[in-house]
Amino acid sequence: MNVPRVTARRPAAPRLAVVLVLAILLAGCNIQPWVKPYERERLADPVMKFSRDALSDKHFEHAREVREGARGATGVQGGGCGCN
Amino acid sequence: MAATSRLLFLLAQWRRALGLLAGVLASGSARAVELPEDRADVMYHYYDGAGTKASGPAVLVRKSLADKVSLSGSYYLDMVSNASIDVVTTASPYKENRHEETLGLDYVYRDAAITVSASNSSEPDYTAKSTGIDVSQEIFGGMTTVSLGYTRAWDKVGQKGVGFFDNAKHWRYRLGATQVLTPRIMLSGNFEAVSDDGFLGSPYRVARVFGAAVPERVPRTRTSRALMLRAIGDLGSRDSLRAEYRYFWDTWDIHASTLEFGYSRYFAGDQWLGDAYLRYYTQSNALFYSDNALAETTYITRNRQLSTFKSYGLGTRVAYSWKRVPGKYEIKLNGALERARFNFSDFTDVRDGSKYSYDQTIVQVFVSATF
Repeated sequence: MNVPRVTARRPAAPRLAVVLVLAILLAGCNIQPWVKPYERERLADPVMKFSRDALSDKHFEHAREVREGARGATGVQGGGCGCN
Repeated sequence: MAATSRLLFLLAQWRRALGLLAGVLASGSARAVELPEDRADVMYHYYDGAGTKASGPAVLVRKSLADKVSLSGSYYLDMVSNASIDVVTTASPYKENRHEETLGLDYVYRDAAITVSASNSSEPDYTAKSTGIDVSQEIFGGMTTVSLGYTRAWDKVGQKGVGFFDNAKHWRYRLGATQVLTPRIMLSGNFEAVSDDGFLGSPYRVARVFGAAVPERVPRTRTSRALMLRAIGDLGSRDSLRAEYRYFWDTWDIHASTLEFGYSRYFAGDQWLGDAYLRYYTQSNALFYSDNALAETTYITRNRQLSTFKSYGLGTRVAYSWKRVPGKYEIKLNGALERARFNFSDFTDVRDGSKYSYDQTIVQVFVSATF
């Protein structure tokens, strides 16, 4: 009796991802820093900072962390608090 | 004679090579990353929302020592008066103070910066201690900064009239990268995983099961992950636009998204710096959250922080450069105001049966000096 053979086909997506990652890594070998230090004057301006006042940010972060379910990844170190 | 001249030639070559090596080492040890600026902040903060008011002073001082390390210390006081809906419907309003002290040390070496910090927070029925380390490294000609961080925290949980009866431990792991994209655009990505173990609820809070109040029961472990992507761009007339998005998910099945857009610009030369931002937040409820459970389950909570809700916020900040002596010091007067609206989908105001919502106000007034 012939039993049909079930051959597991590997999905194409992971292979494509590996090829893409390798291509990006290999391309990365040839990339040079394209924004020179003397071109970063505007980036150093206070208006271009994600965070300017640590104490102020910490207070906002604390007020949010005790009222929202989400937390973390904001780059601000919040203080521990029970805040029942 | 030929041998002597050859020896002299080799010695000269060695001296040249050693000179070059010394030059490379000297330039290599020159710092590319700067220590944080010396500064002092004195702030008054105020929060008013959902029956809770919290206000108090906060101070932050940062000073470098011998141009090698920068020490920082801060003190924060929250004077809380709580008459929130949980409290007025199930307990008595109360007042309490929360004190928090932090100490930090920053050290830079070549293209790397290391920060170690410790904090202590105490209130009558809750204490929290934490220590953390953050390391960041500039790579790719200073165009990319990668960072790693870890914080460990220990809490003691108490209850009025009972004393401290349990504890909670927390682990936070951070990974981040900031990328200069063009001379006008910067991108940043941050990931943070947080794990908790211990008493993670409130001994005062009650849940509702078949309309009856029962003490809440929440799991003793939780792990969450959050990914935040940010972009900021210079608009060309000393103003900037930024966009931020954070996705959050955890083992309690809460999924949340935060979206924020901000605009910053100078006024009157560069004496005034103003910011305005819009913030939108939405989350789904925890698996064991219920406004009024119709079945007995192992875990049950009616903590509205774990319910389904959305909030819309509008904020503004302003900084006025009061006194400035270039290269010596600058004193700024600052103010911040945020108004936000919270709309809950599955949290009922038991006083009138409507869906609960509230407005909150956050105010900060502070003086900052850099020197």
